[in-house]
Amino acid sequence: MLKYLLPLGLFVGLLILLGVGLTLNPREVPSPLIGKPAPQFNLPRLDDPQASFDSARFQGKVSLFNVWASWCVACRQEHAFLMQLARQGVTIYGLDYKDTREAGLQWIERLGNPYQAVAFDAAGKVAIDWGVYGVPETFVIDKQGVIRYKHIGPITPRDWEEKLGPLVAYLEKQS
Amino acid sequence: MKALIAALWLTLALPALAGIEVRQFPNPALESRYQNLIEQLRCLVCQNQSLADSNADLAEDLRSEVYAMLLAGKSDAEIVDFLVQRYGDFVLYKPPVKKTTALLWFGPFAALAAGGLLLWRIGRTRRPEAPTALTPAERERLQRLLKDEEKSS
Repeated sequence: MLKYLLPLGLFVGLLILLGVGLTLNPREVPSPLIGKPAPQFNLPRLDDPQASFDSARFQGKVSLFNVWASWCVACRQEHAFLMQLARQGVTIYGLDYKDTREAGLQWIERLGNPYQAVAFDAAGKVAIDWGVYGVPETFVIDKQGVIRYKHIGPITPRDWEEKLGPLVAYLEKQS
Repeated sequence: MKALIAALWLTLALPALAGIEVRQFPNPALESRYQNLIEQLRCLVCQNQSLADSNADLAEDLRSEVYAMLLAGKSDAEIVDFLVQRYGDFVLYKPPVKKTTALLWFGPFAALAAGGLLLWRIGRTRRPEAPTALTPAERERLQRLLKDEEKSS
């Protein structure tokens, strides 16, 4: 009996292994920055080249750091939901990635501004320090300024309900 | 006419130059290190291409980073480390041997060994038995049976 069950067992095992492999998304590269302090930077703000956006801002409250660009189609899709989150009182900071100031400002003007402040990263160099390889990407940062989660691609209401929302609520409770 | 055709071909070949920047190196050693580095680093955007092959915007930026670091006198290990710190082991075509990648590195050999062992055991148990000689009594019975066969046919 075992003689016949063994190949079947091996086959089922292989099937499970391959099945798991198929459901993984190779586009989602896990970030090595999780659990590490946010990379430091100092960039001009989008709305005012004279004012600066310092990464020290991330200290003291839980925030989302959303990397976006006016030329990015998926960002447009995500934007309405970010507006909704901002209305709910979620603190969102932005990083305008490889954009022109004009286009970035126009975007905010037309679609609304969900951000407390937007850092303007014209060369995309700061984004490299954050391990960004596409837009949109969103980091969840805790009160100590430590990166706790990275979401790749636009945030959908479902992503918020299942992952980001509960995490933000949990981090809010931490001192 | 020939010049015109040549010009046309060259124009058609322009896109081929798009992703490969012309870079100045102070010495050929540095240049070969640069080539070697960008060939062994993976592009995050088009994941089946190295930084050397990829035309993605990000690959271009990362090539510039690598170039700048080389000129600044950084070692190859430092440069690779810079990228791994930001993007993880994913940027390496050759993943490092560590706990999380042990299965990746040694799994195939383990599977091969297990398969070999299985084959060896099956081979041992299924050996055909050597024919044993008949006892005199059996031989007699056989003779009788054969005679019966002849009669009935």
